[in-house]
Amino acid sequence: MGPVLAGILQMLALVAALALAYIPLGGYMARVYSSGRHWRVERWIYRGIGADPDTEMRWPAYLRAVLAFSAAGVLFLYLLQRLQGVLPLSLGFKSIDPDQAFNTAASFVTNTNWQSYYGEQAMGHVVQTAGLAVQNFVSAAVGIAVAVALVRGFARSRTGELGNFWSDLVRGTVRILVPGAAVAAIVLVACGAIQNFSGIHEVGQFLGDSQQWNGGAVASQEAIKELGTNGGGYFNANSAHPFENPTPFTNLFEIFLLLVVPVALTRTFGIMVGSVRQGYAILATMATVWAAFVALMMWTEFAHHGPALQLAGGAMEGKELRFGVGSSSLFAVSTTLTSTGAVDSFHSSFTGLGGGITLLGMMLGEIAPGGTGSGLYGMLVMAVIAVFVAGLMVGRTPEYLGRKIGTREIKFAACYILITPALVLVLTAAAMALPTPGDSMTNSGAHGFSEILYAYTSASNNNGSAFAGLNADTQWFNSTLGVAMLLGRFLPMVFVLALAGSLAEQRPVPATSGTLRTEKPLFTGLLVGAILIITGLTYFPALALGPLAEGLAS
Amino acid sequence: MNNSVSHSARLLWAGLRALLVLTVVTGVIYPLAVTGIAQSVFPGNANGSEIESDGKVVGSSLIGQSYNLPLKKGQETPEPDLKWFQGRPANGLGTNSVNTRYELILSGATNRAADDKDLIDWVTAAKAAVVKDNSTPGHRVSPADVPADAVTSSGSGLDPDISPRYAEIQVHRVAEKNGLSVARVRKLVDEHTEGRTLGFLGEPRVNVLELNIALKDLVTGG
Repeated sequence: MGPVLAGILQMLALVAALALAYIPLGGYMARVYSSGRHWRVERWIYRGIGADPDTEMRWPAYLRAVLAFSAAGVLFLYLLQRLQGVLPLSLGFKSIDPDQAFNTAASFVTNTNWQSYYGEQAMGHVVQTAGLAVQNFVSAAVGIAVAVALVRGFARSRTGELGNFWSDLVRGTVRILVPGAAVAAIVLVACGAIQNFSGIHEVGQFLGDSQQWNGGAVASQEAIKELGTNGGGYFNANSAHPFENPTPFTNLFEIFLLLVVPVALTRTFGIMVGSVRQGYAILATMATVWAAFVALMMWTEFAHHGPALQLAGGAMEGKELRFGVGSSSLFAVSTTLTSTGAVDSFHSSFTGLGGGITLLGMMLGEIAPGGTGSGLYGMLVMAVIAVFVAGLMVGRTPEYLGRKIGTREIKFAACYILITPALVLVLTAAAMALPTPGDSMTNSGAHGFSEILYAYTSASNNNGSAFAGLNADTQWFNSTLGVAMLLGRFLPMVFVLALAGSLAEQRPVPATSGTLRTEKPLFTGLLVGAILIITGLTYFPALALGPLAEGLAS
Repeated sequence: MNNSVSHSARLLWAGLRALLVLTVVTGVIYPLAVTGIAQSVFPGNANGSEIESDGKVVGSSLIGQSYNLPLKKGQETPEPDLKWFQGRPANGLGTNSVNTRYELILSGATNRAADDKDLIDWVTAAKAAVVKDNSTPGHRVSPADVPADAVTSSGSGLDPDISPRYAEIQVHRVAEKNGLSVARVRKLVDEHTEGRTLGFLGEPRVNVLELNIALKDLVTGG
């Protein structure tokens, strides 16, 4: 069997595994967020929080709770890093500098997991396990909560109430993410991922002498890092490190983990709005984009254009042998289309066009299938835009799922899609115009520009992967990327929740023969088109300066 | 105004309490429970898949290492010890720049682009070295036979494996340096070649450390 065929088979195996999980997990999550019963452990947690999980919240109250919880998260994680030097179990590591601590706190609370630090030389057990890994759970749960609130906006009428944030947060963590991650972590250890608290220790070498290793709770963090579409590695090499991702099987398993929640949420959405076929239409849109990107990536990586790769005889720079080109391409596309940002191979050394595909994947807004929760709400906002465009074409008031898309709704949706492009393009332009930020580039020319464009795209879209040649541990990049992550996460949430509140207040309009059938393939086609056109119009000039220039030159 | 400030403070306090409670669940109970299970069911894996030779730990079967001659005076980069099978280049590895009282290995890639001049130079030099090192009086390696993994750095810099093609290129040299027959060394490589998992996952590979341990046993008459 050749590597190309093996790559295609791995893609098909992944699709089959996701298909098997789709109905049970999607249905389970719908029950989690609809059930009136609380688990006993959840009651203890609510008592600890001092919140009543049964109080319904309107959108401003829901938003305030999201922001308060996230602000507490940033504050706590910042302090934990600043105090690392005096905390026990920190392996004698120093406190993190203020700019980097802010960047990292913003990064993990926003589900971005951009890392301007080297995990193995900077973060001790306490920060990794009780700080960073905790945000891996709760930032993912916050994303799902906001998505569920939007779905309730479509499902409810004449109320304006969107559920209770504390209940959604706790249930997502306790009933979905913790059990899922625990099982996944044990599977990873069974395949060779490490899970210990040995800290820094010497390991003998074959030719005598020894090396210093840093051991920690890696498998438990790796599991939630993928399942929660976080992506922040325990080690600098992230999922390329053999202790995080030891075998070809764990590689495919990790790709499965990072796709499974966003994919199954479309089923949850379908069930909660009373039509699973609406969920299939959204899923089909995500799957179309994902499959097309995987095909393009495999094509360009197997063709390995670019002088150094031609000379080497294959695109193996920055890739692990056990994964090879096929499985690495699958990982790269899945991680950039899901806002995960974990990497099993280094995107900066991909072919020019391959690097461009990872960039474009993030520029789509992380919706195919996107992050946990954020993928679903991003895609539903795009669906609102697509319905609106279709309505303009035929001159009818647009409707989606029995709700009128009026001036208010379309304003919220339009604001949502403007935020990240504005952050990406303005900050990239500023970094290029100022004299010093450019010093951080490792590569020159078009690829150097791509490093900076990639950084702001990754941060603003809450992805977290990098063209890691960029030395991002400078005050300029730590601060501006930190701000981009916070604004790129929470401003869109404001508009999503406002949209949800506005939808939930409406009375449903009955479907007529003139209503656009949003569960049909025609709508899927329209939605794919809207996504590609909006992204293309926004980013084409920037892409032409970076990856396109590089890819076409070779 | 006062009212809204106190309201915000109360909300922030609720957020902080929620965070602390969830930290106990996901940051203390969860990792300790996973560690407990991992250490009792898969202790070898959980502690880094350490591997022994002659009763001594000589590394992890998952982590690649270098097989170099000791540095000579005035040398900056060590020369490979050609007695042993060589792994992939590891130009992406670093050493600590913070907390420098440790000498940790920092995993990482070169992050060089396909059109980067340094990368082109490194690949060219690596290819020439592979051809030169592995050509023996009776056997010449052609540049066209050198596979990509032999001249590129991996994602982690710690890749434990090489491709069967790269191992095959090294067979003649290793046989000659150790006074073994080519057929015997080739058989050893075959025994340590792992195909794709289930026939289609990943790529065929040879674990260099395990191969070298077996080679050492063979040479010392084990």
